[in-house]
Amino acid sequence: MAELEAGTTTGPRRARPLSPHLQVYKMMLTFVMSGFHRISGFVLYFGVVLLAWWLIAAAAGPNAYANVEWFMGSWIGRLVLLGYTWALLHHMLGGIRHLIWDTIHGFEPAEREMLALATLVGSISLTVVVWVVGYLAMGGPR
Amino acid sequence: MRTPMRRVRGLGAAHSGTRDFWHQRVTSVAGIPLTIALVVIVIALLGRSHAAVVQILGSPIVAIIMLLFIINMAYHMWIGMQEIIVDYVHEDKLKLASLMANTFFVIAVVFASVFAILKISFGV
Repeated sequence: MAELEAGTTTGPRRARPLSPHLQVYKMMLTFVMSGFHRISGFVLYFGVVLLAWWLIAAAAGPNAYANVEWFMGSWIGRLVLLGYTWALLHHMLGGIRHLIWDTIHGFEPAEREMLALATLVGSISLTVVVWVVGYLAMGGPR
Repeated sequence: MRTPMRRVRGLGAAHSGTRDFWHQRVTSVAGIPLTIALVVIVIALLGRSHAAVVQILGSPIVAIIMLLFIINMAYHMWIGMQEIIVDYVHEDKLKLASLMANTFFVIAVVFASVFAILKISFGV
């Protein structure tokens, strides 16, 4: 720790050149989808608490589980779940996009735009499909 | 262009080379089928009674898939959050504290979830 402090906070520090950040770029779909990928990952990181809560409640017993069901059934719970579904599916599709890029394919301008659009349209469509199937599995909205 | 050999030998600033990058790819590939499986499991459990949920979650195949999903995701999100922290947190003490908090949070969540699934499975 002492070494770290001496090296960075008390030692002379020259201003280093910084790479340009968000504000200098034109708003483009590829750029927005890049941001969405990080934000959805960030949201899912904290959203995992819901998954843990659900599992712990199921392990704890019927009363604890009833609390989770009550929350998930409320409008705010449904909204959180809808956001969680979209974030999960969007992050999955965005991840597949990155895996395609890892193979050095899909970098042409038209391909980049297509992949970005496919990520967005795909994640929204998949979310709708999952929720329709979910409601059908439960026997209709309730 | 010559490769700076001393950096290669020392594996760069993080001293771990491209390990995090590679492990993030491995866990993302594993995460695709596991995420689809999780969505299917959750849909199958919607609206069921506590007893039915426990019975299904505790069956070996479902429990194993849930365990794989959680452990894989935990490692993936640990690397991801670390990446976000080193990108945006530049003050040393705050950065160290954030990196530590990341580790604590991930370990707490993964242990709690794994414990819950094992408890449901073994029915104790």
